[in-house]
Amino acid sequence: MKVFVNGESRELSGTPSLAELITQLDLPATRIAVELNREVVRRNEWSGTMLHEDDRVEIVHFVGGGAD
Amino acid sequence: MSRAVTAVSREEKLIVAGHAFSSRLIIGTGKYRSFEEMRSAHDASGAEMVTVAVRRVPLDRSSESFLDYLNPALQILPNTAGCYTAEDAIRTARLAREALQTDLVKLEVIGDQTTLFPDNEQTLEAARVLVKEGFVVLPYFNDDLIMAKKLLDAGCAAIMPLAAPIGSGLGVQNPANLRIMREQLADATIIVDAGVGTASDAAIAMELGADGVLMNTAIAEATDPAKMATAMKLAIEAGRLAYLAGRMPKRLYASASSPLAGVIK
Repeated sequence: MKVFVNGESRELSGTPSLAELITQLDLPATRIAVELNREVVRRNEWSGTMLHEDDRVEIVHFVGGGAD
Repeated sequence: MSRAVTAVSREEKLIVAGHAFSSRLIIGTGKYRSFEEMRSAHDASGAEMVTVAVRRVPLDRSSESFLDYLNPALQILPNTAGCYTAEDAIRTARLAREALQTDLVKLEVIGDQTTLFPDNEQTLEAARVLVKEGFVVLPYFNDDLIMAKKLLDAGCAAIMPLAAPIGSGLGVQNPANLRIMREQLADATIIVDAGVGTASDAAIAMELGADGVLMNTAIAEATDPAKMATAMKLAIEAGRLAYLAGRMPKRLYASASSPLAGVIK
């Protein structure tokens, strides 16, 4: 199954949940936030949210920045 | 005399939607040469709030959290830097709230890459939506009184007019606009954001009646950021005290300080 994570196409086996995707990507579970098809998915909903073909996932964190 | 002045500066707090800050300096976290340099500048500045940007997590490596380099005592103010539409700014604010569990957001909707001037129309649209969703919105905008009123009417907790273009270091380019804003919006929390280059610029912003100043590049791009952070801290305190003290009127001609009577002939 193909999904887009931060704009990049990714092949996933089976139908993983968002929580499984985060684990597969080896990302820290804290201080990140996740959007699925432009809607924020709360942390406690990650494991119950199944991914579907062509879903668009955005995963963000924080970086140094003042303005721009 | 000096005791009274010290007492004023200690009691006086910057209030943003119920959060009280002893320091009126808010600083950024970008452009430092190293995290250690950032940390020492933050410590020297006395700032209690720092702003951070939201970006996609890199997927090609396990990235350490930049937030771990911040003093845990600091209030984090996520920003929507890099957003060019109200929609992107709203999405970014929602993601920041989810990750940090804070309602605070420094709202930025940029209108142009060369000047980084704000898109006031999109900023206002985003502010209205975010306030309805319970965010404490601090919008960056052009130093314009009418826009300031609209942002306050929309429910923004504080307003953040620019002094000059972001990262320009030009200092307050339109002091009259800031003065007018202060006089016309006596109850508003006004935080000058962007364009400060050195300590005197920050002092001028405060003397004009700003409640605080937000800066990044002026400290991060200084040869010695920690030293500049100290200078900024002192300048903001000096500017605030001068504003509260009430400056003398400007006159075109001299006015003697010594009595005119009794001069020897």
